[in-house]
Amino acid sequence: MTLFLLRRLLQGAIVVVVMSLVVFIGVYAIGNPVDILINPDATPEIKQQAIERLGLDRPFLEQYGTFVVRALQGDLGRSFIYDEPALKLILQAMPATLELAIASMVLALVFGIPLGMAAGYWPDSWGANVIMTGSILGFSLPTFWVGLMLIVLFSVELGWLPSGGRGETVVVFGVPLSFLTWNGLTHLFLPALNLALFKISLVIRLTRAGMRETLQQDYIKYARSKGLSRHRVVFVHAFRNILIPIVTVLGLEIGSVIAFAVVTETVFSWPGMGKLIIDSINVLDRPVVVAYLMLTVVMFVVINLLVDLTYSLVDPRVRLGGRPR
Amino acid sequence: MSVALNATEAGGFRRFLSDYAESPTAVVGLVLCILIVMTALIGPWFTPQNPYDLRALDLMDSRLPPGEVGTTGITHWLGTDDQGRDLLSAIVYGLRISLGVGVVAGVLALLIGTTVGITAAYFGGRVDTVIMRVVDFQLSFPAILLALILLAVLGQGVDKIVIALVAVQWAYFARTVRSAAVVEREREYIEAARSLGLSHRRVMFGHLMPNCTAPLIVVATIQVANAIALEATLSFLGLGMPVTQPSLGLLIANGFQYILSGRYWISTFPGIALLLVIVSINLVGDRIRDVLNPRLQR
Amino acid sequence: MSIPALEVDDLQTHFLTRAGVAKAVNGVSFRVERGEILGLVGESGSGKTVTGFSILGLVDPPGQVVGGTVRVGGDVVSGLDDRAMARIRGKRVSMIFQDPMMTLNPVLRIDTQMIETIRAHETISVTAARARAREALALVGIAAPDERLLAYPHQLSGGMRQRVAIATAMLNRPEVIIADEPTTALDVTIQAQILYEVQELCRRFGTALVWITHDLSVVASLADRIAVMYAGRIVEEGPVDDVLDRPLHPYTRGLIDSVPQPGLRGGRLVPIPGMAPALVGLGEGCAFRARCARASMACASQPALRELRPGQRARCVHPLTVGSHAA
Repeated sequence: MTLFLLRRLLQGAIVVVVMSLVVFIGVYAIGNPVDILINPDATPEIKQQAIERLGLDRPFLEQYGTFVVRALQGDLGRSFIYDEPALKLILQAMPATLELAIASMVLALVFGIPLGMAAGYWPDSWGANVIMTGSILGFSLPTFWVGLMLIVLFSVELGWLPSGGRGETVVVFGVPLSFLTWNGLTHLFLPALNLALFKISLVIRLTRAGMRETLQQDYIKYARSKGLSRHRVVFVHAFRNILIPIVTVLGLEIGSVIAFAVVTETVFSWPGMGKLIIDSINVLDRPVVVAYLMLTVVMFVVINLLVDLTYSLVDPRVRLGGRPR
Repeated sequence: MSVALNATEAGGFRRFLSDYAESPTAVVGLVLCILIVMTALIGPWFTPQNPYDLRALDLMDSRLPPGEVGTTGITHWLGTDDQGRDLLSAIVYGLRISLGVGVVAGVLALLIGTTVGITAAYFGGRVDTVIMRVVDFQLSFPAILLALILLAVLGQGVDKIVIALVAVQWAYFARTVRSAAVVEREREYIEAARSLGLSHRRVMFGHLMPNCTAPLIVVATIQVANAIALEATLSFLGLGMPVTQPSLGLLIANGFQYILSGRYWISTFPGIALLLVIVSINLVGDRIRDVLNPRLQR
Repeated sequence: MSIPALEVDDLQTHFLTRAGVAKAVNGVSFRVERGEILGLVGESGSGKTVTGFSILGLVDPPGQVVGGTVRVGGDVVSGLDDRAMARIRGKRVSMIFQDPMMTLNPVLRIDTQMIETIRAHETISVTAARARAREALALVGIAAPDERLLAYPHQLSGGMRQRVAIATAMLNRPEVIIADEPTTALDVTIQAQILYEVQELCRRFGTALVWITHDLSVVASLADRIAVMYAGRIVEEGPVDDVLDRPLHPYTRGLIDSVPQPGLRGGRLVPIPGMAPALVGLGEGCAFRARCARASMACASQPALRELRPGQRARCVHPLTVGSHAA
């Protein structure tokens, strides 16, 4: 176990190094680092000073070394636009993104599981067909377009829900949260639904497949033979068996939800990390871009590590639980 | 490439078609696909306007609602965008770009991914382990994040977006081909081909690869749809195509700011076009997979 | 005459498959008295398991009970809707399944699975239900029942799980228990213990037991009467000693001859030639005739189940012993 952990940690470290090199080369070698790191509006004198201060006249490897040392100290450069440390900006925007991501995960479960169970319980019904067609659409429709259509329908045509922003927030432990006020909740709903659509489809498919497989099991027939109500057979005997894998899989998807938040946040002007990176790219605030990319890569390495760990921990219990014949 | 197809030729292909036709939705999808490709190919000769010809545009005509007649005397059936472009024409031209980018990226990713996948399967051992490690790792990253990193580093442009799409997608092909080829590698005829003293390349591409065709067709179909969707998303985010030749995604992005003021058509119609493209390709891909699957297991 | 615990009359269960209709249960009739053990014997595919499921209305599509009557303690329970049927299942008729590994729900504790069985049928506190579950476990010879109640199925051995299933089946003191090869998956020694215990319990509580199996040696030591099924029909029925010692149907004879006998070392085993017939498109006439050495033209029409000896009936044109001279 320790060996496994060490090997995974080492692999993760290698990935971070490789990615930092890619980003570094991309930013410093392909682009002109002066453009990237120094405000293009600065005068030539200031530029010259900055080049010397940043060591841009030094050899490539030395520059990379400095970059790494600074990055390890949490210094990923300063934003041109806000004149604040890039890392700080990103960390400030993070709670909004996390709130959105978690809300969409909750929606994925709330919508996905009942629909998936229904489609799995009555697999040949027209309702199941509608649900499964819907899930195909959910998989194939581009998130941004669905977001636009949600705005057209619910904000413009019906006028039920706001089209963007976070609404009123409540500060809890120094973190502003939307879901605690009614106004904030109305702002949260559409973007969370938009971000959740893909995951809803995923949960529907997982639940339906799990349901169909579970209903074939002997223990379901046995439960019925005991005279249990249909309700208890489905919601206790079948549901308990499919819930764990679904929650596990969905947990593993948190990373991809955060990545796709880029799109949803842009559509709904949700002030999270995703909107920050897109805005930064558009106004060429490159230190923020670099910081975001490095941070996300590290985050993904950590998530992947956790995923591997979870699997290795869950596996033996799975083997004990339902020994295959 | 044609070995496997030849082996099952004629009768096989006919049976494939009749199997395919068993699903009415899939047939609709295929018809739609063909119509879309035809539109993209010959559409420009029939559009009322060349949306890239700036002289043909009149800003007076901008944001006209559907059905309005513009100053140039053209009836804008789908309305106009903020540049005064006829939306119908812009959609047809945008379709060309979206499809073009998707297909080019898909084909390049297919070539690279297939080569890498076959190499991994054929040589096995350490080569296989290293390649598949990289593939698995890349696949654990969401496509959009990789594309974002690449475009942030590379900058904008058609070539850049194709590079980003290929970089995102090659791994799917590599994994598919590898898993199909690993099974085939163990068969006698590969052993026979090798013992005949054929070169590695001959065995890999002449003998191993034709047997991976079926899963490749399926993945290729679906990846083209994904490429189109991803390109649209990236263009929408402002990271993709240059504004002078808008793809469907960029057309949608251009209309985005007018949605709240009720000028829904600028975003909606290109969106519907995009939707039809993606859904119809996916329908076809899904059906091909269903039809080919039992044969793969055979 | 007393009312039998279970009475099955002309039961018909068909499977509507693409290839055609498979008559898995084709006019099966039998009765089991209180405290009596009936061995329902047949090869796989003979319809014995489907018969068991049909009685409880648990046949899954494409299977469908299309005819016949099932009475439990004189009350008709066939043709009820699912809700009414649920009141019978586990209360008046319990079932024990073949593989104890697969029948207990892996993610629910033993106590949950036992208590729910009681509470599905009567209003009773969880505490009282738990006490009854505990008692039932002790009854089937489980040591430390309190501990076992808190266990998950995978923490118990196969024999232990099947004891739990038996205890669960006994919880509501049903009139009938249908046991579908419950010991096939177990070690021989554990099988013997369980057979003994089940026999004891049924005698003690007057429970009628239908023991479905392909294993004649199990039936020999356990059952009072035996019914042999072939291709969806009962081909022979009677007291267990009569049927095993003097079978009337050539198929029963074949089954007995293909079982190794501990007393006859070196004796030849005689397998039945051919294979069990496919049920789809099975025509009229005796389904066994293709494998039967005694078959004649007369076998092309379906023979009736006739009482050829007191209490022993067979469905054969050319029965052994009795009718062999006539043939």
